This record gives sequence, C-alpha cells and structure tokens, in this order.
Amino acid sequence: MDVSVWRGDASGGRFQRFEVPARTSQTVLDVVAWIQQNADPTLSYRFACRVGMCGSCAMMVNGQPRWTCRTHVDRVTSDGRLEIAPLRNLAVIKDLAADMDPFFEKWVTAEAVFHPARSRDEAVERVNPDDPARQQVDAAIECINCAICYAACDTVAANPDYLGPAALNRAWTLVNDTKDAGRTAVLDAVSGAGGCHNCHSMGSCAQFCPNELNPMNAIAGLKRATARRFLGG
Amino acid sequence: MIRPHRSHPLWFAFLLHRVSGALLALFLPAHFLVLATALTSPQALDGALAWTDNTLVKLAEFGLVFLLAVHALGGLRLLALEFLPWTSGQKTLAASAVALAVLVSGTFFLSAV
Ligand code: SF4
Ligand code: SF4
Ligand code: FES
Repeated sequence: MDVSVWRGDASGGRFQRFEVPARTSQTVLDVVAWIQQNADPTLSYRFACRVGMCGSCAMMVNGQPRWTCRTHVDRVTSDGRLEIAPLRNLAVIKDLAADMDPFFEKWVTAEAVFHPARSRDEAVERVNPDDPARQQVDAAIECINCAICYAACDTVAANPDYLGPAALNRAWTLVNDTKDAGRTAVLDAVSGAGGCHNCHSMGSCAQFCPNELNPMNAIAGLKRATARRFLGG
Repeated sequence: MIRPHRSHPLWFAFLLHRVSGALLALFLPAHFLVLATALTSPQALDGALAWTDNTLVKLAEFGLVFLLAVHALGGLRLLALEFLPWTSGQKTLAASAVALAVLVSGTFFLSAV
C-alpha cells in the first residue's frame, strides 16, 4: 500500500510516503500504528480505545474525516492509496495530533455543560423514555466528542467563532433534558454571534458523524427554540 | 472546490442555493435599472424590450427562470428543513426541489422556443 502521512507541526509540514503491507480487515489506525512501530517511531498520533468509544483517533483519510480505529482500509480506498492527515479546522500539534482545545472550549461557550436542578437531598428526577423531548435527547446523546463533524463543517472553516455541530448538538440535548436547569442560559449562549443561526444546513456533520447522529437536526431544533423565544412564544 | 468531504447531496443543495442567490443578486440591479426607464425615458425601455427579443437573450431568460425556481424552491426547502422537525427524508426533499426547478424552467424553455 502507498500511504502518505502528514508530518509537521503548527508552523507547517508536508506529506511523507510509506510503503505499508496490506492485511485483511486492516483499519486505518492499524496502518498508522504499523508505520510508527516499524518505519518511523517519531510519528505522533492519538488513539485509546480502538473500538469506537473514546473519540480520540479521528483523522482526515483521503480528504474525509473518519474514526480511524473503525474505518477499514478497503472501505476508503480502492487503489491501495491512502492519504492520512490531521483533522481539518484545528491547529496541528504534531503530525496527526490536532489541538482539540478550541473544540472543547466551544462546548463550554455553548453552555453545553450540565446545570443541576436538584441537590443530593432531593429525590432524583424521573425520566420518562416516552416523552417526545426525551426522545430528542436520546437521538442526540451518543456523541463521543471525536470532532469529525467539526472537521467536516465548512461553516467552522469560514467562521472561527462558530461553536460547531458537536457543541450545539450537546446544547440541544440539555434544552430537552428535564434534569437540566439551564435552558435559558443555553438558549442565550447558542443564539449569539457564533451560535446556531450560522449553520447553513449543508449536512456534512450528519454525513460524517460515525455514530450516525444528526447535529444538523439538533441545530435546526435550536433555531426553532431560539426563534420561538425571540417571538415571545 | 468539490473536495471529498463535500461530495454529498445536501452540500450540493447548499452550493446550488448559494450560486443561484449570488447570480440573482447580480441580475436584480440591472432589472430595476431597466424598469426605472419606464418613468424616465420610455424610448429606452422600448429599446431594451426589443433587445430581449434576441434569441440569445431569450436563452439567458431561460437561465434566469431556472435560477429563480432553484433559489425559491431551495429557500422553501430550507424553511421546511429547519422549521418543521424532520427526522429523515431531507435528502429526498432536496432532490425533489431540484427536480421541480428543472421541470418549471424546462416548461418555460419549451414554450419560449
Ligand atoms: S449542517 Fe451546520 S453544523 Fe452541520 S456541517 Fe453544515 S453548517 Fe456545519
Ligand atoms: S456529533 Fe458525531 S461527529 Fe460530532 S463529535 Fe459527536 S460523535 Fe463525533
Ligand atoms: S481509538 Fe477510541 S474511537 Fe478510535
């Protein structure tokens, strides 16, 4: 296999080519690990769980953001060529490791943090799985913070202040969560300059989310909720 | 422009809407300028209207109606997508908007030639 891997840091870099043996059921992460273990031990990259739970292994594979531990090589290349680069829309720390700080900082800016409603002395809030609001939460909750949607989004690329699909998706789960007491704070945070109304509904986030979440739908929900509030409804 | 992470229907719907909007924004000032001559100099308006009998201009008008149809339907698509809580099927909607635009402009084209 002919594999080009991006090498460098925040100040710049270039692609370096490696010849990697093809194996059956090989994942893109296997390819990166093979290079680091057999060809160049100085190659930097991130992974942890290798089973699609931790969200740390995302990279650009042939121009598309992918969770590399769950992406089989033969699903993304037909001619045995791979181009592996750090996630788009984030600064590079070194080689394939992108700086995730801005991504997580935007979660906090979007108030996508839990706002407790009760103290430990009170009874636990009942959650009704049949409640339509709860079903909105359930549809959006399984995010692994991988930033694949963030890398796919052209609005993030064009507007550095845009909070991005993942943070807004999480904000939407809180707006619908009976246990969360921060609905007003969340809606304030997501209707500002970098908020949900920047989204162009181009759907790249939903196209690439490895957990098949649909941040675009969640953001549309925030648009409706903030518009309704603006109109006094 | 069409990079790998953009090659899916919803992104093309976005592109179509953006390009048609930009082109219409270029056309509108010229349109209003010509209409304004109806008040200031009717001869100039007649001249402009005679010019539109040109086959080439007729052809361009086909494009214009296409742009209008695409942009209007694209706008309706967005309103539907964002203000009605769709769960799935947005792609079908985008595709039908494009199909309808082709139909409307095609009908205009056929009656123009
Ligand atoms: S739908 Fe919105 S958040 Fe998702 S990729 Fe497009 S602009 Fe970004
Ligand atoms: S919404 Fe999907 S793509 Fe975005 S961070 Fe969460 S799991 Fe990853
Ligand atoms: S290594 Fe944990 S998601 Fe890929």
